[in-house]
Amino acid sequence: MKIKYDREACQGHNRCYMLAPELFDTDDEGYAILLVDGTVAAELMEKARLAADNCPEYAIEIVAD
Amino acid sequence: MTDVQRPPIRDWETDFDHGHPDYAAAAPEIWDQLRDTCPVAHSDRYGGTWLPTRHVDVAAIAHDTDHFSSQGVIVTEWRPDVPAPMGYAPPITSDPPFHQIARRILLEFFSPKAIARWEPIARQTCRELLDEIEASGASEVDAAQRYTQHIPVRIIADMLALPREDGDKFRGWIHRIMEQTGSEEVDWEDTLDFYLQHKIAERRGNLGDDLISYLCQADIDGTPLLDEHVQGTIALLIIAGIDTTWSAIGAGIWHLAQNPDDRRRWSEDHAVRPFAVEEFLRFYAPVTMARLVAQDTQIGGCPVARGDWVLLPFPSANRDPEEFERADEFVIDRTRNRHAAFGLGIHRCAGSNLARMELTVAIEEWMDRFPDFELSAPETVRWSTGQVRGPRELPLRINRGEVR
Repeated sequence: MKIKYDREACQGHNRCYMLAPELFDTDDEGYAILLVDGTVAAELMEKARLAADNCPEYAIEIVAD
Repeated sequence: MTDVQRPPIRDWETDFDHGHPDYAAAAPEIWDQLRDTCPVAHSDRYGGTWLPTRHVDVAAIAHDTDHFSSQGVIVTEWRPDVPAPMGYAPPITSDPPFHQIARRILLEFFSPKAIARWEPIARQTCRELLDEIEASGASEVDAAQRYTQHIPVRIIADMLALPREDGDKFRGWIHRIMEQTGSEEVDWEDTLDFYLQHKIAERRGNLGDDLISYLCQADIDGTPLLDEHVQGTIALLIIAGIDTTWSAIGAGIWHLAQNPDDRRRWSEDHAVRPFAVEEFLRFYAPVTMARLVAQDTQIGGCPVARGDWVLLPFPSANRDPEEFERADEFVIDRTRNRHAAFGLGIHRCAGSNLARMELTVAIEEWMDRFPDFELSAPETVRWSTGQVRGPRELPLRINRGEVR
């Protein structure tokens, strides 16, 4: 599974950063930065799913390889 | 302070009034009804106002800054007369492209990492208030008056390096602006604008590391911010940062007072707290924003005309069953929660991390101190009218017995 992040859609709600800090950081203005190249380790899949399911802007997507 | 008397409501579909006490008393039920019967309601009040209640319509408007302007974000009898692009309180009243410029000046102060340093101060503030309640020995306490209303005002005063004692004044101005929408004449010396002009002039001669000093020194491409920009942004921080969060904290405590299972879960399960906080925000989102129609267009198939007001009831969007499973239930451990409590699109609440931190800390501290409590007079709980919804009177009976 891969995680996709759409910077254009992100409005800095910071839900992903709070739920999955292993996968997302924030820049100085609070917009998300995806920390991985798209591939999510198995043990972080649940957190990736949480980040996607709680993004108010639908900016995060989990897609099959 | 007496509130304006509003004419009786004929029906919610064609004559709603978000400033009427009947709306305040039953807003969630009204939204649920309208979503089923008339998802885009209209009223002739305030010179023509629309009320979309479905998530899809609220989201579409929030994302469409071409047709919906933020020059007016509080519905009033008149239309705001402030020249573009700034509006009265940038960036909330600004449209693109100026909006992003004004917003970027603020964002670094409100990022999650910047807000983390205020957490100990918020916690200390809550503990002082709880100490006072505990020392009073009273078993009946109005949590809105004694606790929730004081927390955000003290933090924002600290951020702006203004005296915490001015909190009563701030709340008076907010009440006038948000609940009475400018209905009464006031002396210039008694206005928020007068207060801010005075404080900003004073600060310019005595700069520190606070947010007012920062704005006084900020620039746009080398040009210092206009005086009205600095003043408008500080007005925004005071108006938007206080009764919104106060409302969210109060609603959370109101909920817990009536739901012993959720109180127990909160106390016993630390891992549930971040989810519970987001569910408080979803289910009791305090803020309804507004827009002015900038160009004729449509909302969910209803034609709207330039100059019409449009309310953006984020709390109604948050209860739309098309967007949320079990939308009408408070689910303390909800793990799929794309709530819009802080808005959607480019105007996402700039202070959301501050609000979330204050809400979390305020509930944690209350629950640590008083894990067992209930409404002492449910019928006297009073919800605010207007665009910010929260309990303004919240009488509780605190059971101090063996639980502590």
